[in-house]
Amino acid sequence: MISLNWVKDYVDIAHEDLKELAVKITKAGINVEKVISNHIDNLVVGEVISCENHPNSDHLHICQVDIGEKTVQIVCGAPNVQAGIKVIVALPGCVLPGNNVINAGSIRGEESNGMICALFELGLEEKTEETYAKGITVLDSNLKPGTDVNTILGTDDTIYELDVHKHRNNDCYYHIGFAYEIGCILNKPVTLPDASYQEIKENVSDHLSLKVDTPKCPYYLAKMVKNVHIGESPDFIKKRLISAGMRPINNVVDISNYVMLEYGQPLHFFDKNKLGNQILVRNAEEDEEIITLDGQKRILKSNDIVITDGTKPVCIAGVMGGENTDVDETTQDILIESAIFDAVSIRYTASRLDLRSEASIRYGKGLNYEYTLAAMNRACHLLEKYADATILSGMIVHDNVDKMEKVVEFKTSEINHLLGITLTDKDVETELKRLDFPYTRSSETFKVTIPRRRLDIDPNVNDIAEEIGRLYGYHNLVSTLPKVTTRKGIYVGDVKIRKEISRRLRALGLNETKTYTLTSPEMAKTFQYDNKTQITLPNPMSIDKSIIRTSVLPSLINVYEYNKARNIKDILLYEISKTYDINYTEETKVAILMKGNYLINEWQKTTTKCDFYILKGIIENLLDYLGFKNRYSFEKAQVTDLHPGISAKVYIDREEVGILGRVHPSLKKDEIYVAELSMTKIYNKQTKPLKFKPASKYPEIVKDVAFVTDNSTESSILKEQIKKSGGRLLDSVEAFDIYENIAEGKKSIAYKLVFKDPNRTLSDEEVMEVFNKIIKEVEEKTNSKLRS
Amino acid sequence: MKEQSERLLAEVETKLQAVTDLKSANELKVYYLGKKGPISELTSHMKDLSPEEKKEYGKVLNDLKQTITTSIEEKIKDFEMQELNEKLASEQIDVTLPATKIPTGSPNILEYIIEEIEEVFMSMGYDVVDGPEVEEDHYNFEMLNIPKGHPARDAQDTFYIEDENILLRSQTSPVQIRTMLAAGGNTPVRMICPGKTYRRDADDATHSHQFMQIEGLLVDKNISLSDLKGTFDTIAKKLFGENCETRFRPSYYQFTEPSVETDISCFACKGKGCALCKNTGWITVSGAGMVHPNVLRNCGYDPNVWSGFAFGFGAERLAMLKYGIDDIRTFYQTDLRESANFDRKVEE
Repeated sequence: MISLNWVKDYVDIAHEDLKELAVKITKAGINVEKVISNHIDNLVVGEVISCENHPNSDHLHICQVDIGEKTVQIVCGAPNVQAGIKVIVALPGCVLPGNNVINAGSIRGEESNGMICALFELGLEEKTEETYAKGITVLDSNLKPGTDVNTILGTDDTIYELDVHKHRNNDCYYHIGFAYEIGCILNKPVTLPDASYQEIKENVSDHLSLKVDTPKCPYYLAKMVKNVHIGESPDFIKKRLISAGMRPINNVVDISNYVMLEYGQPLHFFDKNKLGNQILVRNAEEDEEIITLDGQKRILKSNDIVITDGTKPVCIAGVMGGENTDVDETTQDILIESAIFDAVSIRYTASRLDLRSEASIRYGKGLNYEYTLAAMNRACHLLEKYADATILSGMIVHDNVDKMEKVVEFKTSEINHLLGITLTDKDVETELKRLDFPYTRSSETFKVTIPRRRLDIDPNVNDIAEEIGRLYGYHNLVSTLPKVTTRKGIYVGDVKIRKEISRRLRALGLNETKTYTLTSPEMAKTFQYDNKTQITLPNPMSIDKSIIRTSVLPSLINVYEYNKARNIKDILLYEISKTYDINYTEETKVAILMKGNYLINEWQKTTTKCDFYILKGIIENLLDYLGFKNRYSFEKAQVTDLHPGISAKVYIDREEVGILGRVHPSLKKDEIYVAELSMTKIYNKQTKPLKFKPASKYPEIVKDVAFVTDNSTESSILKEQIKKSGGRLLDSVEAFDIYENIAEGKKSIAYKLVFKDPNRTLSDEEVMEVFNKIIKEVEEKTNSKLRS
Repeated sequence: MKEQSERLLAEVETKLQAVTDLKSANELKVYYLGKKGPISELTSHMKDLSPEEKKEYGKVLNDLKQTITTSIEEKIKDFEMQELNEKLASEQIDVTLPATKIPTGSPNILEYIIEEIEEVFMSMGYDVVDGPEVEEDHYNFEMLNIPKGHPARDAQDTFYIEDENILLRSQTSPVQIRTMLAAGGNTPVRMICPGKTYRRDADDATHSHQFMQIEGLLVDKNISLSDLKGTFDTIAKKLFGENCETRFRPSYYQFTEPSVETDISCFACKGKGCALCKNTGWITVSGAGMVHPNVLRNCGYDPNVWSGFAFGFGAERLAMLKYGIDDIRTFYQTDLRESANFDRKVEE
């Protein structure tokens, strides 16, 4: 919150339209979110000349009110209105908060030319029974009728609410810093406030010794004032503090806040008599205690910084003062501290103690040491003027601050090159002057010293380009396209295969999900089929997002539950996501979940339910598409959290690449089928280049054969034997009919065998020879019998 | 012969007229054109004739056979057509009955918009690159000009995994660093890196601890902020339509200098001001800037020779704006009723 009345002290904005100025400032990079004006037009001081009862009312009064240029009649209902008092008069045309427009008119037959107001009607107090009962506001009797009430109530200010990027929330959150920003936009100089004062002979060093015993306090200034009078602050200080969002307390406290809002430098005032004669700045001891100003006991850690009186802490440096040395109504002598502490340390302490005060926020952003001294002097000036302080000479100083100047050398061409514009050297000089950046120039080279108030600027030509660019106006930049070689971008690495898998699975009717990488311990416990050790976050935000998943399946189960709860019955899902184990090994996984129907046609009764074989078909389709035809196999396997009888592992070239099966009924009763493949493993396999394979010109011979075998014998065992025995002439073999329990513990499997030779027509005799060989060998080697 | 022929022809015509079904028509065909039929009989007389007569006779007989065949065949065809039509008439189906439902596979909405953006950038020569989500602090922060203790780290509030060294990446920028390092400081870089990122935000309608960024980078010689502006104009028009206007505002990021925020004219109100653009007429869609010289240097590029720009979009924000989604959790819940609409090709 920036008070423009306040800014006026430092830069000339008297003739600016403050709304337009806000737009200019926003365009230059400091976002003015809101322009708040609390001014109310047509609001004047009035003197009640006479007050009579209204003839047609038991509570209204008819008042003659002197409003300066004339006397008008106003009807007023307040019980406390009386002749002789000074009041707030809202004249016709005045608009009070709540869009309450004041008009001239008559009230119960009597003319009324305005309204006598209470503070709550101006929006300056809350409307309560109490404020209502008080009636109208009685003003100071010395005020002149006709005076603009805004100047008395402090409602003549305009306030900017800023939303500033991190780098500028240092200098733009105090009024002098913001005045510089306005100064460079309007090309106007900035004047700093008066910081002069008288000193007495008595020296602070007679009263205090300082020792700084931590590297986290590079700069510490202390000065002493005597005989302060604690009282109310002058109006202008109170009004400005209110405008900036702070509550006035007393003149001394207000001055420390006032200077902080001017220079951005927080000050701390110690009651000198409570403090004693020593200051030792050091790191806190582990578990050291202090009671802070707010009466709370705080337990400190060794990375906090404390101000001590030599032994016990009197202040958590940069965060909050201690109760034992605070300024109160009886305080006479004050020790003023103006210092710089390590910003990171202050941020950690403030956040650990949950004490984000105006001061700690500012310390946490880093400070300009020049203003540390300026703020000290300004505080002495104000204390002398408004708290009758006597100022001791001398200052106690610990100075280990880095005073290296930030200097940058550059040529105009470099700026033009970065921004894509065509400034001349003279243009650059103009911009540097506007910025109030000191510079020298020798022929083409500029040498700029960056002012200390701009902590955000590093000595790079890019930083200068940014400052010049934002003043030049980015809206003035021409749009050009980079002059680079023409090419088409590609999907690098495994991105391509990820996209291919994704598109294929979508084409097969699966819906893509995106779920969270971080899971709960309960979820992380399931589908641990690959026995990986998981990463548990050392400081999770919540327990349900504390483990980095090694399988995507638990998340898909969640999505399944979410949709099921919404009465969706057919749920077909997939997700491709990276997973990480404890060794940070990355494995991208393709997870699939299917439940319900795959193809639906109820009225024709041809609905196809999702089952193991649909899922297997989808995986085969995918692997064929990726170029692994005839290289993969499915083998029955016991897989964690899958149905022991309905689960398998998928292999490519004998390497396990994934699992599939029905979710174990003890985990989910519903008939859910899931699969998870390792995209990483698949990606690492080579595929052969695509080749044309002409269709055979010669007829094929098809033969069916059925074998009776044990119920427990897997079809693939017979199939493999048939293939082996069939040799070169057997083109393909596929099971096409199964009868379970054809006899006690026996089943029958029928196979369709296709014989083919690409180069000639086969004779029945040679096919029969192979066919008989197959039957013979299957019977011999697989414990099966030809079904007769 | 001629007489005989004409008589026979008339006879066939009469009989054909009386025929009422396919069967009788076929019977006629068998009778007249069969081995024992009148044509055969007439043919058998041929052998008794002189060669001259034979020629004459043969021609007449052939014509007769042809004419009769055609007449009967036509009749047969008529009946066959009639029969087929009757059969088809009994085979009508109700085309308004429900189809067999083929499952539709929808993309996740974020992936949908990411692919749209990828397509635009790839056409402009940008590669799509991926990188690790479990990342080193070195790549996620330090190489990006964000040293330990820097306030910019607070804002990103990171999920650390191992001390202050290993983390869940808080931005996709480390992929840019890795790409620049791989390019070795002497070849141009043009890439985008869409991917998941993580920050310690409590999940609600507008915050998500996991979200997707689409960052991009161009490093070459003679690249300026004006080039970034032109590039952004092109992207904005492709994504939000030819009438989309753009605006740069000064901003700040640790790894770019100068930095800008990029706005597009509000597509809902065409810049007049509405709830979507909070009455400003503009919507912020990305952050961007010229690659910071420190970052270039860290990655082996001499800032006196090379320059470049980087930009970043939030996929969620773009999707929320473009499709009118008001809750960020939508993307991570997968309500199949909502995602079904996105089983559709990207608009041209």
